[in-house]
Amino acid sequence: MSVKVQSEDFDIGGELAALTDGNMDIGGMVSFVGLVRDLGGDDALKAMTLEHYPGMTEKMLREIEAEANERWDLEASLIVHRYGRLEPGDRIVLVATASAHRQEAFDACAFLIDWLKTKAPFWKLEESDQLGAQWVESKETDDRAAERWERDHRDAAE
Amino acid sequence: MKILYFAWLRQKTGIDAEDVEMPPEISDVAGLLDWLKERNSNFADALADFDSIRVAVNQEFAELDAPVAQGDEVAIFPPMTGG
Repeated sequence: MSVKVQSEDFDIGGELAALTDGNMDIGGMVSFVGLVRDLGGDDALKAMTLEHYPGMTEKMLREIEAEANERWDLEASLIVHRYGRLEPGDRIVLVATASAHRQEAFDACAFLIDWLKTKAPFWKLEESDQLGAQWVESKETDDRAAERWERDHRDAAE
Repeated sequence: MKILYFAWLRQKTGIDAEDVEMPPEISDVAGLLDWLKERNSNFADALADFDSIRVAVNQEFAELDAPVAQGDEVAIFPPMTGG
């Protein structure tokens, strides 16, 4: 289990290779990489600045990662999240999970990114020519994606 | 008590972190927010809608009726948009 909160970019290949290196019990690894995308339409995104709550960010990411390890039988997991000023195409976040079997790794990876988006104290500020600097509003779709992993919700669905 | 403000709460209040002496009659998050709102128009504007605000007490998410005490670290911020 590992959590990194950093301003600098990360090397996907290096991070993933290190995560599974030497563990012969791992049969599959799943990764998710979040990138800064353009706004779409006529207005071009110049930059996105990620602010966070140092201390609580690391604590929440560790709690979310511990929850994933409790729910699924993982051999290894990793969350790397950047902060600071990023530009379109830049990497923001890397989530990776490894397990003996692929389904555990797939589910745990989806869970981690869904919970991270609504529970880790990060805030995005977008800068564009037409709108200037604007704080990104939280999305209902993200809330619903996180809710599907709530234990009550899952019990009710089963 | 240490209070931290993030994202547009920081911009609207004009403060990122401060140490305050909380009046002894305040016992919960809602009471603290109501007291801060009285300070000036910037705070009144920033804290106008509790539904658009999230609060953490000692780095744990806290509801409006959660207790607060003088030695706590309280953070006030909008809903998170990471990932």
